[in-house]
Amino acid sequence: MPGAAVLGTGFAVPEHEITNHDLEARLETSDEWIVSRTGIRTRRTLDGSDLATSDLAVAAARMALARAGVEASSLDLVMVATCSGDYPMPSTACLVQAALEARRAAAFDLNAACSGFIYGLVLADHALASGTVNRVLLIGADALTRHVDWEDRTTAILFGDGAGAVVLGRGDGLLGTHLGADGRRAGDLLIPAGGSRHPIDEETIAARRHKITMNGPEVFRAAVEAMADALATACVRAGARPADLRWVFAHQANARILRGVADRLDVTLAGFRMNVDRYGNTGAASIPIALAEADMAGHLVPGDLIGLTAAGAGLTWGAAILRWSRGTA
Amino acid sequence: MEDITQELTILVAKTLKVSPDQLRPEADLVTDLGADSLAVVELMMALEERLGVRIDDEEAEGLRTFGDALSLVRAKLAA
Repeated sequence: MPGAAVLGTGFAVPEHEITNHDLEARLETSDEWIVSRTGIRTRRTLDGSDLATSDLAVAAARMALARAGVEASSLDLVMVATCSGDYPMPSTACLVQAALEARRAAAFDLNAACSGFIYGLVLADHALASGTVNRVLLIGADALTRHVDWEDRTTAILFGDGAGAVVLGRGDGLLGTHLGADGRRAGDLLIPAGGSRHPIDEETIAARRHKITMNGPEVFRAAVEAMADALATACVRAGARPADLRWVFAHQANARILRGVADRLDVTLAGFRMNVDRYGNTGAASIPIALAEADMAGHLVPGDLIGLTAAGAGLTWGAAILRWSRGTA
Repeated sequence: MEDITQELTILVAKTLKVSPDQLRPEADLVTDLGADSLAVVELMMALEERLGVRIDDEEAEGLRTFGDALSLVRAKLAA
């Protein structure tokens, strides 16, 4: 069925790096503790700069547009998957649209947390298949270190900032997809204050309720199960087996989650792309960053069957199977 | 019961990367077997998948020793 094809990829991460050893000076933790539990060695952060999510999104988008050979002025739609945009209002996508001068494009944000890029990809696939749009810029971008409690050693170690982008045109489309959510688990990964439930005031700040809270073991287990099962379902719909996938781009939250996903799917980790060691959990950006890095390294060959899978706050999850190709610009 | 003990011993040894000889009933998962909090979760998931039982988080939190894990799985399979 016709739908989306990737025309170009790009990514951006902040220059400022915080290694595990840097964190040892700020928190009661150690490089060994962090690496053994997460696989993370270092992360990039906007901490200390006046940059925001849209700055990373714009940089990633410019790279993807250049690599696709597509002018921003020809875009019909700019979609930013994020849960840490520049402002509660307006959308980060509108800031990106302005910076790129993509004046013809409609623009909006999509919040499915770390699953956002796959949600966006499925929506873009439908939009392109319908014929109502021809060019879509899809960006996954998050600056979650702006929301971490640097005094909470269970979460401060996990996150990094970044953005990844794809320019999409019409092509063969996604071969199989699966999206899902379980809102009963909303409390497991949450920023309690700062929205309409608990606007930020002195009390919420004193209680640090404007920062990320996480039920780690619950989220770990849910992520392994959701990411593996979503990918398995998408594979069935694509008429493929997980073992047929040349590459798996799984949300980079924790290396041990990825190992659990591979075990549950009964495949080896060899096809799983990894960058969590260098960037930490970059939210909705992690999959498109990994995709762009693989593309730039020449590791994606037309015809390769690739799988994407993610799970995140919500809880949300999603997976998609596609055959790598270059669509028509 | 013997079969379950043997199967569990192999499974736990593999998940926690320890020698089967270390898996005495009184062996503490954390202090004796070196399991961190995620390893306990990984162990629960491995038990669920291999034995087809569902272990709640409350039940998982009550596990201290290898013997506790044996008892829990036996009770689950007998239920």
